[in-house]
Amino acid sequence: MVELNPLRIICPNGHLGFAPTKEESFWLGAETKPDYYCCDSGSNDIGPGPLGADTCASPYDWQKHDLELMLIASRKQGAPMIIGSAGDTGTRSRVDLYVKIISELARQHGLSKFKLAYFYSDVDKKYLRSKLKAGHVIEGLDGRSNLTEEEIEKTDRIVAMAGIHPYIKALDMAADVIIGGRSSDSVIFAAPAIRAGFPEALAYYLGKVLECASFCAEPYAAKESVIGTITDEDVKVTAIAPFQRCTVASVAGHAMYERADPFYEYVAGGMLDMTSCVYEQFDEKTTRITGPKFVPVSGKIKVKLEGAAKVGERFIGIAGVRDPYTIANIEKVIEWARAQVEERIGAKGYQLFYKVYGKNGVMGDLEPIREIRSHELCIIVEGIAPSKEMAEEVTMIGTRQIFYARLPEVKGTAGTAAFVVDEVLPASPAYKWSINHVVSVDDPMELFDLHLIEIG
Amino acid sequence: MKVKKLVELAKTIRSKNAGPDKITFDIIFNDKTSYELVKHSQVITKQSIAKLYKIPQEKISDFVEFDPAFAIKFTIYRNFPSGSPGETDIFGCQQYPPLLDVEVPLK
Repeated sequence: MVELNPLRIICPNGHLGFAPTKEESFWLGAETKPDYYCCDSGSNDIGPGPLGADTCASPYDWQKHDLELMLIASRKQGAPMIIGSAGDTGTRSRVDLYVKIISELARQHGLSKFKLAYFYSDVDKKYLRSKLKAGHVIEGLDGRSNLTEEEIEKTDRIVAMAGIHPYIKALDMAADVIIGGRSSDSVIFAAPAIRAGFPEALAYYLGKVLECASFCAEPYAAKESVIGTITDEDVKVTAIAPFQRCTVASVAGHAMYERADPFYEYVAGGMLDMTSCVYEQFDEKTTRITGPKFVPVSGKIKVKLEGAAKVGERFIGIAGVRDPYTIANIEKVIEWARAQVEERIGAKGYQLFYKVYGKNGVMGDLEPIREIRSHELCIIVEGIAPSKEMAEEVTMIGTRQIFYARLPEVKGTAGTAAFVVDEVLPASPAYKWSINHVVSVDDPMELFDLHLIEIG
Repeated sequence: MKVKKLVELAKTIRSKNAGPDKITFDIIFNDKTSYELVKHSQVITKQSIAKLYKIPQEKISDFVEFDPAFAIKFTIYRNFPSGSPGETDIFGCQQYPPLLDVEVPLK
């Protein structure tokens, strides 16, 4: 085991490829020769569509750009590079895509031989069914009920959230570059630190603070590099961009970002407890953190699962309304349009949604303002059905009938809606998050399929 | 009594998904004074949030006053998971504006 003390990790981007890495701060950071180049590429913020349809949310060119920067810098220096949750979702096809990009880049740049490890996080439905049959409970998270066979059946694609385990194993195999399937963000950074012998609590905290790159710095600016330094006693996080600093407020504030509470972070293997973290300004651009705790799981390791299920094909219609009388009666107009869909297609077998911008299009039921004074409204109609033809028809009737709404006192009898286009637009199929659960495993590697190849 | 709106006192007021089933809200202050003022005024509590967003208190999963960051944070359950059919805010990032106008009494 290599003893590096302290150990320094650079993180160039909070979500690799989602928007391109800023190069100036990356190269400034690379010049300081960090021990590892680590970056997370995943998110479930993007909704269930990419996982369900097995596509990326990020453009190919941006992903390639970010991978190229990291690969060139890390290979030139001879430091390992680690990517987690390849291609936004971390499915098999996204891992394969990143492995292919790395191989092509290595050839293009004439890089000398290196070892590439990659692992898949995809979960076979058969595996989950057999778990249920054997009487295991697959626990629901965030108030969900436990997983049923029916819910597994409906789901199109499932990934498991890796902990440090496949990363440590890949490093043990002397991998120079690791492309990970779906993983917890923090473990990409925690794994090399834990493997080097640093306390788990500090290592997971290091991961937690680095995973969103410059989101832990101020002023607010994404896609800039930050460097985390771990010792036996503390973690220090330093902003690299010349205009950014890591302050006590920015680092503590980041502990809250995108999470239900600022104190606890769950990973496969335990829980990071940040309740007694102490934050101090170390130098102008650096904040020092001490005091995180790590509570290992008692009993079997629990691995989080994400699954997306297709709901149907989808079309979108757009209608504008300017007549004040129609605006005042917009609910009646929508009722009318819904009734026309029902008259032609029936009440079941499809879903039809109206989002009324200028009223509560953004917040829906959460909107506290009930009395509106808008002089115009935009209505987005979303129709979902098993086939494209049916989704188009549902959406078409549901949109066009806003134009034909029968209101007793309307003055405009030549049409009660304004159209940008007199058609409805095909949208990506509708998916939903069908699985947000945890499964207990005997071996933390049982859901992750690790491979090693030589490149160059 | 003199009042100030939360938007005048806070540095950051934001909302964002916390996983597929929740939306979390952060109200972050520049300094201890503003933070303590709002914290002690009790205008941001589980009760007041439930009233503002017209949701039952059980829909609020977490409520934290987070001293190191001068921040008040709360999290609510979504009506359906993010990005489901009918979604209007996939990232959950435009659900905070009602907080801007919350009035804070000045001592």
